[in-house]
Amino acid sequence: MPTVALFVPCYVDQLYPQVAVATLRLLERHGCRVVFPPDQTCCGQPMANAGQAADAAPLAIRFLDTFAGYDHVVAPSGSCVAMVKHQYPGLAPDHPKLEEVRSRTFELCEYLHDVLGVRRVEGRFPHVVGLHRSCHGQRELRLASGSERQVPPFDKVKTLLSSLTGIQLVEPARTDECCGFGGTFAATEEAVSCLMGRDRLDEHAKAGAEVITGVDMSCLMHLDGLARREGRPVRIRHVAEVLLGEAT
Amino acid sequence: MTAPATTPAAPTVHPGGQQSGPFPGHPAAAARFIADVDRAHWHDQALWFVRVKRDRAAAQLPAWERLRDLAQAIKAHALSDLARYLEEFERNATAHGAVVHWARDAEEHNRIVHQLLAERGVTRVVKSKSMLTEECGLNPYLEARGLEVVDTDLGERIVQFRHEPPSHIVLPAIHIKKEEIGELFHDKLGTAAGASDPKYLTEAARGHLREKFLGAQAGLTGVNFAVADTGAVVVCTNEGNADMGTALPPLHIACMGLEKLVPRSEDLGVFLRLLARSATGQPVTTYATHFLGPKPGGELHIVLVDNGRSALSGRDPFRRALSCIRCGACMNTCPVFRRTGGYSYGTTVPGPIGSVLGPTQGPGAHATLPFASTLCGSCADVCPVRIDLHHQLLAWRKELVLGGFAPVGKTLALRLTAWVFASPWRFALAGRLARLALRLLPRGLMATLSGAWGKQRDLPPPPPESFRDLYRRTHGRP
Repeated sequence: MPTVALFVPCYVDQLYPQVAVATLRLLERHGCRVVFPPDQTCCGQPMANAGQAADAAPLAIRFLDTFAGYDHVVAPSGSCVAMVKHQYPGLAPDHPKLEEVRSRTFELCEYLHDVLGVRRVEGRFPHVVGLHRSCHGQRELRLASGSERQVPPFDKVKTLLSSLTGIQLVEPARTDECCGFGGTFAATEEAVSCLMGRDRLDEHAKAGAEVITGVDMSCLMHLDGLARREGRPVRIRHVAEVLLGEAT
Repeated sequence: MTAPATTPAAPTVHPGGQQSGPFPGHPAAAARFIADVDRAHWHDQALWFVRVKRDRAAAQLPAWERLRDLAQAIKAHALSDLARYLEEFERNATAHGAVVHWARDAEEHNRIVHQLLAERGVTRVVKSKSMLTEECGLNPYLEARGLEVVDTDLGERIVQFRHEPPSHIVLPAIHIKKEEIGELFHDKLGTAAGASDPKYLTEAARGHLREKFLGAQAGLTGVNFAVADTGAVVVCTNEGNADMGTALPPLHIACMGLEKLVPRSEDLGVFLRLLARSATGQPVTTYATHFLGPKPGGELHIVLVDNGRSALSGRDPFRRALSCIRCGACMNTCPVFRRTGGYSYGTTVPGPIGSVLGPTQGPGAHATLPFASTLCGSCADVCPVRIDLHHQLLAWRKELVLGGFAPVGKTLALRLTAWVFASPWRFALAGRLARLALRLLPRGLMATLSGAWGKQRDLPPPPPESFRDLYRRTHGRP
């Protein structure tokens, strides 16, 4: 039984604890011993993506110190995991645990699919669901083949979701278009960010989605914020909540 | 960010066009473009249509990803030994009778071109296919010296009529609707009032341009590829206008950036297959003309322009941006470019590649560009030469912060956040306070306090406790 350290992104910890709970329960259901190292805070992505490497580096070092020594580190977030995998070598190049932690850190669906070999998730989710493919999961972690590349098609998240009982997955037009969140982009380029988000909601609505799900709560927070402001009927759920199923 | 309504003395704007006055930075320029949301959506759809064509064309080549690898490798190799290949090119081009000129910067390029024209008493130049001359500001330079310069690519002619620069490097008039072109041509070319049929308008432009071709004493073109082992320059067009412009007049001046060089003729096959498919979704451009020496009785002059390129070739990771073959695919796929248009970038080359190249010309003036991206990475995945564009944007952000070009307020706010994150108890406390504020303060006040977030978006309803508190309550400390 692998010991999995749960890496809960900062804003998920504070604003979406139910997503972390769902992640924990899902991992336990698939045979993992799960622990939450309390010294963790934030992976440093907001600073790193704003170009503030000096501010991000201490957080990268804290992360590597905190998560060293576990079999695996799993997070319900594609972009935070991409941060660890792709940006930490530049931020903490001399950390003795860099390679160990990087190579053992996974996004939740990636972990279920690639490491645990899960293809079928027990559970029921009898709703029409649109999958929002978050960019960092999509193009940094390669959770799916991507509309730009000419490679054999695959989609790890969709594979897991479609195994649920009763779920009806619908595809929005422009399957892997960005939602416009982009971290601080959501504030510094507010006009574009919100237009992109509304377009994404429209595309999901046209496809008939009652629920929009995805691997990154940050993208979903942006979409949810727009939907709430406009009183749109769509519900936003993290993929961990959906995979946990209803009434199980 | 600056909202359009509060911007003092808003500069005048063509419908969908470029504003006059100083460049206000990407966020403000973009917000202004988006204020006309129907136009922003129309622009988005027009470019997405091209992206879809590109996908279909790429899917028809089973070796697409392999071709991209090859293209990347050839470019990397050429750039790693550029000086040698440039000399080889010059030797071979000269042997075929071309005259090769070297220009350090835009000013020297313009001077060389003007001198060639002036010495031969040229009064009218027809021009085709050159973003480099846009970069160098050649048109105004020549016009100020009494020459008539006629852009002959249809899109470029349209923006030239409107006194605008191209808004896209392959589709220079993509921001203009056909009805607006109808009005413009009615005004400039005497087409029927209210006519907007593209075929009719194109015919009118063709007749107009034919006159210009016949009356020109010199043809000026850009260069898509220059081949070191033969000394040829290759120009790709769909309208055949580079051929028209160079076939008639006795003088052909070809202007190229140093980075256009490929080592061997065999390499061209890789790039010609990638270029048109990436740019417009065509299997190949309609005309790919090889100029090997001047035509009988004519002159061919090739101007090799540096203008910051050799400096860039010494800078990791930005040197990879020199591999760009100017297909424009990154623009067509970029969700920000699609919705904000080329003029929101304030550079000759806009979009993702422009946001990498722009700051190399002066980081201060272009400091907002590397931030005008969600780092979604679609640009890197469509790039036919595999430039890691979004990673380069990230690298630029670091440089801009180090150089003091990032907004001070944002930098300090993130520094404070990092300080909070540096300790688990500070983080837990700050989170508790934030959730309390979310719960207690009225929604309207929260919207104001959350600033740019709250203008169009709600914050999530706050949970009673954080995950870490819940975990400690249920599991105790591990």
